[in-house]
Parts: sequence; C-alpha cells; structure tokens
Amino acid sequence: MKLRDIKKLLEAEVIWGEEHLDEEIIFAGGSDLMSDVLAFSKPGILLLTGLSNVQSVRTANIIEAKGIIYVRGKRPDTDGIKMARTLGIPILSTKFMMYKSCGILHGSGLPGVNDIEKTE
Amino acid sequence: MKDPENELSKRYTIASADFSHAGQVSTQIKELLQEIGITSVIIRRAAIATYEAEMNVVMYAKKAEVLLSVSPDKINIRIKDKGQGIANIEMAMKEGFSTATHEMREMGFGAGMGLPNIKKNADKFTISSNPGEGTTVSIMFYLTQKEN
Repeated sequence: MKLRDIKKLLEAEVIWGEEHLDEEIIFAGGSDLMSDVLAFSKPGILLLTGLSNVQSVRTANIIEAKGIIYVRGKRPDTDGIKMARTLGIPILSTKFMMYKSCGILHGSGLPGVNDIEKTE
Repeated sequence: MKDPENELSKRYTIASADFSHAGQVSTQIKELLQEIGITSVIIRRAAIATYEAEMNVVMYAKKAEVLLSVSPDKINIRIKDKGQGIANIEMAMKEGFSTATHEMREMGFGAGMGLPNIKKNADKFTISSNPGEGTTVSIMFYLTQKEN
C-alpha cells in the first residue's frame, strides 16, 4: 500500500516528505529499541517507533527504511527533521499508540518483517 | 586515500559522548562505500555493524579511532578505543546482556544486542579488550561473494 494510504489509516500528519506519499510500502515493523531494529529489520521497511530522537532517523537511514511513523503523537526535534530531510526519509506522526498503529496496518494487509520473503 | 596497490584506507575519529552526533562516522563510511561501488548487501551489513560499534563507543568509551581499509577482496573496519574496556567479553557477546544506563536505554540502545549484531553482520569479527585500557573491534566483510 502507498504511504498515502497509511497516513490515512493512521490519521497521521506529515512532518516532512509530502512528496514521498506515493511511495509503495511493502512491509512494516515497530519498535522503540534501535538495536532490535538494527537486528531484525530488512531494507525497505516502514518503521513505526515512539523513539523520537535523532537516532531514530539515523537508524532508519542505516537500515534503508522507506519512512518513519512516530506513534503516541511523538515528533522529532529540529535536528531530527533536518536529518530526515537531508537523507530523504519521509516522517509522519500518529496519535495512536504502537499496538493500535501496528494492528491497524497489519489488519489492513500490510505484512510484518517476518511475513515476507527476503527482499535481497 | 588510495595507495599504489589498489587499496583504500581512511581514518575517522569518534570523539563525542553526545548521543545526538552518534552515527556520523558510520554514515560517512556507508556513503564512501556507496561512492566506490560496493554492493548494497555488504554496505548494509557494514553500516549496521559500524553503527552498533559507534554507539558502543559513544556510550562507554567516548572516543575511538576508526580505520576503514578496502582492498579488492575485503573491507575491514577497525574501531579502537581507550575506554573502560570490557570485563567479560563472553558475557558481553550474549544477546540481552547489557550494562547500559537509564540514559542509554532512553536513547533506544542498551538492549544488549550491539556486539551480537556486529558479529552477525560480519564475515569475520574479532574483539579484544583490557579493563581500564580499552577495546579493539575488527569487522571484516569479504567482497568475493555475489549479491543475492
């Protein structure tokens, strides 16, 4: 599904990256632990997280994420937004909690990391 | 950067205990590897491993020297610090074992996955440490395997 559809499902606002809303998202994963994200993600993931510091953007870049959805109404600070813009990573924010956000997306047919074939 | 033997080496310094700057060196290494045409699979593994190592330096050692060496058949990344060292490397390599502070965990790290993540992504991983003197981590990636 497109990032635009995800934005709608999660009633999310775009913090940066409006021009990326037609990006096709194949799978997603959610975590507040960046080491878990580094260990278990695959390239192309849509990352859901409540960790809103600049390291969430740095981690998303390292793992080649397609975008970040901050849950629980979280938003990165100016440095994080600037980094996302520089790296070309769209970032959105939803007021929904992690459990609900992941449930909505999975229930709408978006697979998780372990549901898909290896993409590389 | 290049020497006559078709090898490339570059030095970096991780010099800040500030979490907001952590990850700069691994990002620079990732970009350099992209520039020289390394395959994306290997870049991803190298970036993850270096990022985890860099976070360990920021959290525990505050400063380290990083040496990136690229030859036609392999990439080696050596991270050498003079920090507090690791008392029990075997324990530190276990998933979930962590000596992280509350602040580190609030940053999203310190889950005890760092060293295991580095080893998992590397083709060859060596670590040596002396408490009170520092830690050296070497991470190697072979370039002779085909991208899947």
